[in-house]
Amino acid sequence: MRRRASERRVLDEAGGIGAMTGVMAIMVFLTVLAAALGLGTAGAARLLTHDLAGRVTVQVVEGDPVRRDALTARIARTLRGQAEVRRVQPVAPAELARLLRPWLGEDGADPALPMPALIDATLRDDAAATLSRVTAAVRRVAPAARIDRHESWMAPVGGLLHTTVLLAAGLVALMAAATAAVVMLAARAGLQTHRATLEVMHMLGSTDVQVARLFQRRVALDAAIGGGVGALAALAVTSAVQAQVAGLGSDLLGGAALTRGDWAVLIALPFAFVALAMLAARLTVVRALGRML
Amino acid sequence: MANIVQFENVGLRYGTGPETLSDVSFALGSGAFYFLTGASGAGKTSLLRLLYLAQRPSRGIIRLFGEDTVMLPRDRLPGFRRRIGVVFQDFRLVPHLSAWDNVALPLRVAGVPEAQVEQPVHEMLAWVGLADRARAKPATLSGGEQQRVAIARAVIGRPEMLVADEPTGNVDPDMAERLLHLFDSLNRLGTTVVVATHDLHLLSRIPDAIMMRLDKGRLLDPTGSLRYPPPDRARS
Repeated sequence: MRRRASERRVLDEAGGIGAMTGVMAIMVFLTVLAAALGLGTAGAARLLTHDLAGRVTVQVVEGDPVRRDALTARIARTLRGQAEVRRVQPVAPAELARLLRPWLGEDGADPALPMPALIDATLRDDAAATLSRVTAAVRRVAPAARIDRHESWMAPVGGLLHTTVLLAAGLVALMAAATAAVVMLAARAGLQTHRATLEVMHMLGSTDVQVARLFQRRVALDAAIGGGVGALAALAVTSAVQAQVAGLGSDLLGGAALTRGDWAVLIALPFAFVALAMLAARLTVVRALGRML
Repeated sequence: MANIVQFENVGLRYGTGPETLSDVSFALGSGAFYFLTGASGAGKTSLLRLLYLAQRPSRGIIRLFGEDTVMLPRDRLPGFRRRIGVVFQDFRLVPHLSAWDNVALPLRVAGVPEAQVEQPVHEMLAWVGLADRARAKPATLSGGEQQRVAIARAVIGRPEMLVADEPTGNVDPDMAERLLHLFDSLNRLGTTVVVATHDLHLLSRIPDAIMMRLDKGRLLDPTGSLRYPPPDRARS
């Protein structure tokens, strides 16, 4: 401990490296938030994909209610007879009327209205071949029936979620690159400030690695303090947002709840940034010293 | 005694300027005391820089401790530098470190365990008469005190060779004599000492010291005794 303290003293506080603490705090704060956004969105995207995978709705369009009901029953029977179909659930007229109420008002429940019948089905998997076989079976019974994959309705939402995840990952990568650049600049400034001291150390026989270690330790300390503060603030904000999300009771946003693994990634980020800062400082200093005799 | 330093036709040029040192050839015997003299601009500091490996020559051969250091890879230089103590003309103390920490620096650089640093640093500061100024920062020390801290730092690692550039240039005559006495004591312990100075009065203080004189970048050695020193240069 005493040696470390004495070695730290070789580089004084006015070396410009200390100013990095604040920058590091901001960088880590933004990075953890971006990562939390990415992980939460990825969770929501996973949930969406999982919930919609293999789900289809068969739409029976027939003006005559008697024929429509008979056709619906035949299609439902056909679907139940398919090995690829896991679950078949005709949508009750009352449920259909409820779904249409926002557009048609109470008239949606009028039995005289030629409303299509709907059958929800869940396939064993979401492979295209499975869907083709089921579609063919339904068309043999009712050539005019429409089969819609739920995934295709939600594809724009899924695309948006995936784009958000990619954006968050890009932000994290950019933050890491910016942090490395800041550390390199700070290390170069520190080298310039401490040039006289470093020349003396060189003349006393210190190696490049010894000098680099001084900078590395200093950067690690500043980065750890800054990163710790930034990470704590970001984790507090993330926790608050998570609590709000949980309170909404939304199915889609429920998927944005962070898992234990997600939290572990967020907690590991500041450590990764400290390691990155140390590596950047070491490489910068060793490269710069290599130009000296 | 073997030669610990050998220069053969060494030339030094900074950039594209004229040669600061030309055709310098000499050998330093182990355990001897040398004065390097010459007018300002004669090349004393440049020669010392070559000696303590702060500079590579433009041409010629330099052997240090029996090895050619001109082509030596960078990563091997620290090992050689640790065998050389340097007292810089401008002291070059680390300004934010105390006298104690400045003197301890070579031991820490050499990786000496902290428990084994305290005693030699204390002894060295006492040897240069600064035990009571151990915690003082260089800025609060007088020129003479800074000079003594620089000397303590240069010799604490028991170097095989001590190189001092105008070590008495900033101190009064009494202090100059005391500093010279320190170098003499160290030399009697076996360290080869090279002191650059243009204070000719100092030369008489070490009677058996060898004088090296530079003039306009050339070493004056009419008899060749510097190039081919007699084998018994070590002082008793």
